[in-house]
Amino acid sequence: MLRVAGLHLWRGDRHVLRGVSFEGTAGQCVLLTGRNGAGKTSLIRVIAGLLDAEEGEVSWRGAPVRRRVHDFHAELAYLGHEPPLKGDLTSRENLRFSVGIRRQVSGEEIDAALSRTGAHGFADRPVRTLSAGQRRRVALAGVLLANAVLWLLDEPTTNLDSDGQQLVAELIGEQLARQGLVVAAVHHALEVAGPVLKLELGTA
Amino acid sequence: MATWTWFHRLASPPHVYAFAQRWTRWFGGFAAVAMIVALVGGLVLAPPDYQQKDAFRMVYVHAPTAWLSLMIYTTMAVAAAVALIWRMKVAHAAAAACAPVGAWFTVVALGTGMLWGKPMWGAYWVWDPRLTSELILLFLYLGYMGLRAGIEDPSKADRASAVLAVVGVVNVPIIKYSVEWWNSLHQTPTVMQLGKPKMDFDMLWPLLLMFLAFALYFIAVLLTRLRAELLRRERNASWVREVVT
Amino acid sequence: MRTSAINAARLVALRDLRLAFRKPSQLVQPLMFFIIVATLFPLTLTPEMSRLRDAAPGVLWIGALLSSLLALEFLFREDAVDGTLEQFALSGQSLTWMLFAKTCTHWLLTGAPLALAAPVAAAALGVPADAMWGVVASLALGSFAMSLVGAIGAGLTLGARRGGVLLSLLTLPLTVPILIFGADATELAISGADFSAPMYLLGAIAVLGVTLAPLAAAAAVRIGLE
Repeated sequence: MLRVAGLHLWRGDRHVLRGVSFEGTAGQCVLLTGRNGAGKTSLIRVIAGLLDAEEGEVSWRGAPVRRRVHDFHAELAYLGHEPPLKGDLTSRENLRFSVGIRRQVSGEEIDAALSRTGAHGFADRPVRTLSAGQRRRVALAGVLLANAVLWLLDEPTTNLDSDGQQLVAELIGEQLARQGLVVAAVHHALEVAGPVLKLELGTA
Repeated sequence: MATWTWFHRLASPPHVYAFAQRWTRWFGGFAAVAMIVALVGGLVLAPPDYQQKDAFRMVYVHAPTAWLSLMIYTTMAVAAAVALIWRMKVAHAAAAACAPVGAWFTVVALGTGMLWGKPMWGAYWVWDPRLTSELILLFLYLGYMGLRAGIEDPSKADRASAVLAVVGVVNVPIIKYSVEWWNSLHQTPTVMQLGKPKMDFDMLWPLLLMFLAFALYFIAVLLTRLRAELLRRERNASWVREVVT
Repeated sequence: MRTSAINAARLVALRDLRLAFRKPSQLVQPLMFFIIVATLFPLTLTPEMSRLRDAAPGVLWIGALLSSLLALEFLFREDAVDGTLEQFALSGQSLTWMLFAKTCTHWLLTGAPLALAAPVAAAALGVPADAMWGVVASLALGSFAMSLVGAIGAGLTLGARRGGVLLSLLTLPLTVPILIFGADATELAISGADFSAPMYLLGAIAVLGVTLAPLAAAAAVRIGLE
């Protein structure tokens, strides 16, 4: 479903990605590992289309992403280092807007997603009053609500306690069971129920 | 196809570098010859103007540099557009190389304009519309160079300043028109346009030759700066090592 | 069901409005800045009403410009910092439309109030009451055009150091036509003459801005998000 071929990326003088290639199929989880600065975030951003690689290509469902960017983005949910939430809005309002610009979403769906990620209890407080871990749970609810086939997650377990880390593993497992594809950059190995492809960056 | 090879060569840094290295001295040489002939024609041979006497001779430097300052901005914007559309690194380097040259031409145009203004109007600066537009063009150049300098990542700096150059070039005619409009609203009797005086052939040919001379000079300087830009940007590439040793 | 581009833009506008009203103190700041700047001119020029009236178009427009520049910094910066701008670019919707919606909302919150409050400053500068409609109309249209042009600069300076000063340096030359036509419209309005000609020109610039500026801003934002 997702094919990455021969990606080369330079950031200034640094050759960050050296010919990265892999294929991800439905129901599979691709785990990107490597030291800090190995290029995990850069790779995720290149796949998402936020960054342009100097060489190489990213294809989704057989077609190069570059040509049908909007359609690709409609099937993609991206979660970066910082949960994309506005501090002055409540969690519920944040999700209403961020998911709403992608697809029509009902209040019940938002409630269900917040409950699944354990964020229901603080759903009506302004996000700036929440802890980092709580914010991440809200952001995970956003990923769930996107109804996306492809998940691009950059260090999804940041700021989460052990319960939270287990939650992430469960959510990924559920996404795989739905025949979705997850590409996640992780620091420590994540125990995921389902086929896993491990890719270590920064070597060779 | 021959045209496609030509286009590919245009995009390839080592080819462009080699081209620049070969041809710079020719452009420079012709520029020097043309400038000497034109200066002799303009400063010595051409008769003094009926109204402005010898002061009009400033036109031989002022007009070409003003016209070129605008032409260079357009060239910069075209290079920027090409760089954005076809993702050509060389085009980005060319745009970067144009900017300081264009800015200097603008400064010279402003300076000569002011020197010309003193005998004409009695003051160095009277908000003449052409000089005012020239001043705003200088601000556009400085903004472009400032944006380049202000962004750390070189690739981002290239592309952001390319967008700015394209936006700027669209604005230049609008700015010129609006400055003319503004000037026409506030006509005061002492304002006289820095226009070229009625010219017969004896005065005209040195002017045209000066345009050519400055244009050739610009190309020579551009090619030199472009070589330096390419060497700097591609310093880790193998062709650079071969060239330098 | 996938949201349409217009609805996505509408949601962005609603979100920005809601955010703005959660922090009402911030809403007032650009307005206060404008009033204060307008006050500084008499202090530095003269308290003589007739001379102030001559200077009024310049004072009002420079005040509006400076206030606009100050407010422009916040058009994209916060969204870029907390990652929501990135999500716009990844939403599968037209970034151009969403940024246009943001710019319009930004104008509604900064430029429009400024135009409506301008009569206060104008009266203090000796502008007669029957000229106020012209003052408001010209400043409203002009500040809208300034927001559009400024959005380009705001997008370009997202990744730059000293972004605020650079934003001003980039935007000022581009706003020269708006200032010239706008100040002329205000001047004509003050002297009671027909100010439709410069207003049409201002309108033309605004139309050009509406068609081209969001595109350029979207290109700039994508570069800045890398």
